Amino acid sequence: MNENESIVSLLQEVQAKNGYIPKDEIYRIAAEKGVSPAKVTGVATFYSQFRLSKPGKNLILLCKGTACHVNSADGIAAALKEELGIGGGETSADGLFTLEFVACLGCCSLSPVMMINGVAYGSLTPEKAKRIVREIRDSNDGKGA
Amino acid sequence: MLRIVVGMGSCGVAAGAGRVKEALERAGTKPGITGCVGACYLEPIVDLYEGAELKRRLVKVAPEDAPAIAAAAESGDLAGVERLAISAEDEEFLSRQTRIALRHCGVIDPESLDAYRAADGYKALEKVLGMTPEAVIEEIKVSGLAGRGGAGFPTWFKWNAARNAKGDEKYLICNADEGDPGAFMDRAVIESDPHSLIEGMLIAAYAIGAKEAFVYVRAEYPLAIVRLEKALGDARAAGILGKNVLGSGFSCDIRIKAGAGAFVCGEETALIESLEGSRGMPRLKPPFPAEKGYLNKPSNINNVETFANVAWIILNGGAKFAAMGTENSKGTKVFALTGKIRRGGLVEIPMGLTLREVIFGIGGGIRDGKRFKAVQMGGPSGGCIPESLLDTRIDYRELGATGAIMGSGGMVVMDETTCMVNMAKFFLDFTARESCGKCVHCRIGTRRLHEILTRITEGKGREGDVELLEELCRGIKDGALCGLGQTAPNPVLTTIRYFRDEYDAHIRERRCPAGECAALRKFKIDPAKCKGCGACARKCPVKAIAGESKKPYAIDPAKCIGCGSCEAACRFGAVAKA
Repeated sequence: MNENESIVSLLQEVQAKNGYIPKDEIYRIAAEKGVSPAKVTGVATFYSQFRLSKPGKNLILLCKGTACHVNSADGIAAALKEELGIGGGETSADGLFTLEFVACLGCCSLSPVMMINGVAYGSLTPEKAKRIVREIRDSNDGKGA
Repeated sequence: MLRIVVGMGSCGVAAGAGRVKEALERAGTKPGITGCVGACYLEPIVDLYEGAELKRRLVKVAPEDAPAIAAAAESGDLAGVERLAISAEDEEFLSRQTRIALRHCGVIDPESLDAYRAADGYKALEKVLGMTPEAVIEEIKVSGLAGRGGAGFPTWFKWNAARNAKGDEKYLICNADEGDPGAFMDRAVIESDPHSLIEGMLIAAYAIGAKEAFVYVRAEYPLAIVRLEKALGDARAAGILGKNVLGSGFSCDIRIKAGAGAFVCGEETALIESLEGSRGMPRLKPPFPAEKGYLNKPSNINNVETFANVAWIILNGGAKFAAMGTENSKGTKVFALTGKIRRGGLVEIPMGLTLREVIFGIGGGIRDGKRFKAVQMGGPSGGCIPESLLDTRIDYRELGATGAIMGSGGMVVMDETTCMVNMAKFFLDFTARESCGKCVHCRIGTRRLHEILTRITEGKGREGDVELLEELCRGIKDGALCGLGQTAPNPVLTTIRYFRDEYDAHIRERRCPAGECAALRKFKIDPAKCKGCGACARKCPVKAIAGESKKPYAIDPAKCIGCGSCEAACRFGAVAKA
């Protein structure tokens, strides 16, 4: 570990490796940086990017930006809830999907937008959003993570 | 033989540009790529070039069109693809703009240093290395360039303060933490023209005397980070970046720092805290970053769009930039035109045009034949501007007088179906969640504002709620430390100022004039249009719809919760708001 790296950078490394920040890693970073675990936890919970629990196999980021709001992002959230049974910050029981609401994905002209595993899907309708997650679920053969 | 170029910005990719490019490759061609030309509503876009000349711009291209495009490129005969050619009207979306910050976007290959150099790239840097830093700052002063991130502070003043600050170690920081929902010009510049950001930053670093620089990019912009990393590597390998820039003896390197997701980090002192690895909470000013910034050393922070103008100003002269715009606001500004607009995307125009010219002239007005209601500018720090003020000019002061702000350039257009109380609630939900928690007024005040707005949209508003909102807003404006907290009440104050009647309708008549607030609306079925299929009844979550097969169904208003599931389910347009 590079001791000159900041706490934010170290947390980003951990999350890139694990997909989330396990509790042990918070203690490890605190010990190596010589600060309290509370300070590291404070940083980890301040930023929306950091997750403290294991995400599902597929990460859905649903944009709740202004343009998406005006073009009914709430309707997409309701459709995903209907299809997957999860709301913002939740993971489906089969471990296949985690849904997160994000402030803006910067694809406002294609609103409403969601990003799944880094791929953006635009001009969504409730039906289209359901179809996209269904296709991903089918391609996963229904197997959990 | 024509050259095929596919627009591969994030928006283009989301619209299917990647699949189009693959199909073109399968059809035996070797398409080049470019970034985002800004006409997002026309994506995916494929350009056909003969040498440097654009022969035809093809829009809304599907993978199935690839064979026809490949054949046209091979033969030079465009007849087979004319059906995809951009219309004269859509062409106007681009031709009515004046592009400086976006000058290369959608034109050159963002992943090629040679392409940037062929477009006069790094010539401004060469010129600057033969000038004194003071002369560089003077040129920027003449241009009148002001911070494009939102505050509009004169760029030369910040550079000069950092130059004059005591100390050998100075830092330059690019704020690419584009957090305003509804703004995406910074993403487009980095994805489409990363070298222009690097060149602008090197010029600024030379002017203030910084040897180290950072780009603080949002983690939500993965493609931008990839393109910028490649551009930095190419520039380093070419001797443009790092030690001894272009053999001049001046050294400066640029590193990327990915943000971790916090709106408040757009505030410069919070951004510095975040760069240092802490929670992004704003610091008290003074001392300003120019004196004590990153690691308590003199630092200068500008945003992406600001830097993207710099090389152009150096090459063309500050006076030419200053010749555009108004007395207070010089040059051009990029706006992200979105919402209920017909032609949405990135629009760069000289300052001084009116909002009407941008929204109706370039953007083509409201789509689906609806009526314009308001335009939201400046994101969560900005406000909603009504139809009566559409002739306001794009100018820092004139926009400020409306209660909105220029901001970073988000322009979200709303029509008659958007509820303004709900809009204010949307923004306060955002600021309440994003408040860093340092100042009580912001942390708790925004929450209380959100609660009051929520009860109004649920039909539980009380007489006097509007006055209570106003009082809270004043408290937050006075009691918050940073610009984000101080401006958090703006969406509430501007909607009260211009759309008070909508607040009153919610509170006194328990009615949402826009028909958006679910708790205040009911639906009914038009018996003449209903075919009796029962689709709505199956979707209704509260079993409020009943009827016999093949006969008109009916909704029990006592049970209806106004969710709109029935309206979405009906294939015959028989369900409407009551």
